[in-house]
Amino acid sequence: MTKSYREGILVKPYERLNRDQVKWLHEASLSILADPGIWCYNERAAKLFKAHGAKIWEEESGSPCWRVRFPAGLIKQAVAKAPARVVLGARNPENRLLLDAEVPRVYFGSGSEANIWIETEMEDFVSVREGDVTVRVPRFTELRGNTALLSRAARLCDKLEHLDFFIRPLNIQDPEITPENHDVNKFFASLSNTAKHVQAGLTKVESLKGVVRMAELIAGGSQALRENPVISFIACVFKSPLQIVDDTAEKVFAIVEAGLPLVISSSPQGGSSAPIQEAGMVAQINAEILAGITLTQLIREGAPVLYGSVPVRARLDDLHDLYGCPEFNQYNIDCVQLARCYKIPCYSTAGVGDAKVPGMQAAFEKLFTHLYMTMSGAQYIHYAFGLLDRTNSFCPVQAVLDNEQIGKIKHCLRQPKVGPSVVEDMLKTVKKVMSSSYRLYARHVRKAMHAGDVSRPYRFEAKGLEDKVLEKALDYMAKLEAGQAPCLDPSTVDQIFKETPGLLPGLRQSAKQDK
Amino acid sequence: MQKQEVLEKIAFNVIQGRVEAEDEGFDEGLEGRPAVTELTEEALTQGVHPKSIVLEGLTKAMDVVGEKFEEEEYLIPDMLASAECVGAAMDILIPHLLKAGVESKGKFIISTVAGDLHDIGKNIVAIMLKGGGYEVIDLGADVPTERIVEAVRQHQAAFLGLSALLTTTMRVMGEVIEKLKEEGLRNNVKVLIGGAPTSSEFAKEIGADSYCKNAFEAIDVLKTMAA
Repeated sequence: MTKSYREGILVKPYERLNRDQVKWLHEASLSILADPGIWCYNERAAKLFKAHGAKIWEEESGSPCWRVRFPAGLIKQAVAKAPARVVLGARNPENRLLLDAEVPRVYFGSGSEANIWIETEMEDFVSVREGDVTVRVPRFTELRGNTALLSRAARLCDKLEHLDFFIRPLNIQDPEITPENHDVNKFFASLSNTAKHVQAGLTKVESLKGVVRMAELIAGGSQALRENPVISFIACVFKSPLQIVDDTAEKVFAIVEAGLPLVISSSPQGGSSAPIQEAGMVAQINAEILAGITLTQLIREGAPVLYGSVPVRARLDDLHDLYGCPEFNQYNIDCVQLARCYKIPCYSTAGVGDAKVPGMQAAFEKLFTHLYMTMSGAQYIHYAFGLLDRTNSFCPVQAVLDNEQIGKIKHCLRQPKVGPSVVEDMLKTVKKVMSSSYRLYARHVRKAMHAGDVSRPYRFEAKGLEDKVLEKALDYMAKLEAGQAPCLDPSTVDQIFKETPGLLPGLRQSAKQDK
Repeated sequence: MQKQEVLEKIAFNVIQGRVEAEDEGFDEGLEGRPAVTELTEEALTQGVHPKSIVLEGLTKAMDVVGEKFEEEEYLIPDMLASAECVGAAMDILIPHLLKAGVESKGKFIISTVAGDLHDIGKNIVAIMLKGGGYEVIDLGADVPTERIVEAVRQHQAAFLGLSALLTTTMRVMGEVIEKLKEEGLRNNVKVLIGGAPTSSEFAKEIGADSYCKNAFEAIDVLKTMAA
């Protein structure tokens, strides 16, 4: 197996908390876990916590529920067993990701499971005032997510150079999709259309076996899959505030026992399911994630796990999530710092906003978080491509625009190329130019320019008094989509269909058509 | 080295943008190998006619560079590097060309007008024109009107290029043209103007012959003007 990984971007982390503040938040989280503790709706998890020293008792409520109070030592010991380095595999081994909690190398990917796909088309409109003047304007159409569109999203994302991993951005809602076959179809549509890492949540724990078998066939066997985990999972085991969900806890058990990487994700909303104040929000989400990670390590020591922090703030006019706001960055950067302190790779968030369509609002909201969260040095940033209307819509042309934006941010934050030999070269150049007749540095740009060291202008710029960003991005997207998809071997497809009940026949046809 | 080989090497190095042996090129690993200056000297030593060097080495190469620029493979720094190569070769070749009775495409006086210290754009135009075979007389930046007019008279220049970056100094271009008229020189020289605040409309307003958006447009405009 080639031990190569995607490059990502290594940054010098921006930290807003000082060492004392990190310590206070950590202690506050432990204090929450000790009192009031958590409400655990899964019996197996509650008993496992008890077996390792937690104090539990059954709560009186409609559903079986145990209150769990954790001694600080239990949390600290379990969290210390989580590995600092997690490898996420890929069909193409060059697309593997090495997430090292002690190295602020940032990777970007898609995310959410939006119900809506937004299609964009340009249309000509005639001016009412001047009949001979026409303008091209984008028109947007909402489509329900389905397996064909998810396949298309995966193919496009495979071609986006700054997208490092693929989390299904679209919910599949074909009439033939049921809760029982949702997972196998979702994973197959993704895996058969991208050679990058594929990650998703599980709809039903019963589907895990079929999904894992599919991944084994693609990776080349059971052992090969564990060495090159082409898939991983997300489990939102906590329903904030502080409640472990029964069926998600069962998924955590199953995934950890299957030996595959898992994100323990929590997404409280400041102002409704968590305090809106930074200190309260971060102390609570950190408590939830630590308890979730503790569960994974009690199931199996050393289980590969990511610290999944998705703290958001409530809009105070309608209590929906508000992503493109200052508090979002504050909460999230604090979580990145805490994950670094625990030496667990951080699954973080950027690139979401309230904008419903691509445009200036979307650009503002996305840049605001894309830039700030990249600076934080989180290892794994999801939601970064194509999302609109918070996380409710996926728009492919927006993913193309996000790709351009992230490329610029990566260039901006890359390590400085300043060292003795570079400085010496520069001094020579200064002398050379100053002794020339025109004292112009332009021709000395060439080496850096052709080595890709000099950034290019915005890819979708217009030359005149007009905005052609969307038109140009659509043209560029068409070129990307015209490229060949990284299809699976036909015999692998046949074997997967033979062994996996519930896969839609249409996916088989499209998987083979592109070969 | 055969005549044809040295001419091809000159053309290759113009395309690579290498003036001297120590220069890097577009491709890797060229540093230290003879470049346009050394190869031009060698060609002359071998007795290659200077006009052949211009036509088969320099001009042919600049055509290729122009195509690469059109195709966006080359950007401005590449064009400038190639133009500088041609300029350096022309410095060596001009005395030989004059001896052989071959004239340049014409004298081009270029200057940033009084009150304006900006000279990057003017320098780029000068490099490109020199690379294009014009005899460029660069007066520099912040040049008084009288000195510009005197240079036109002294050199009997066919072309005058005026540059300004500031809205407050662009009007001086009009003063230069008025002064040329007063001195009876206006009909002998074509005046081209350029710079960020200027435009075709402004060129017409002050009585210039042409507005050039950039160095490439200047070369195209000059091709349409008889020297």
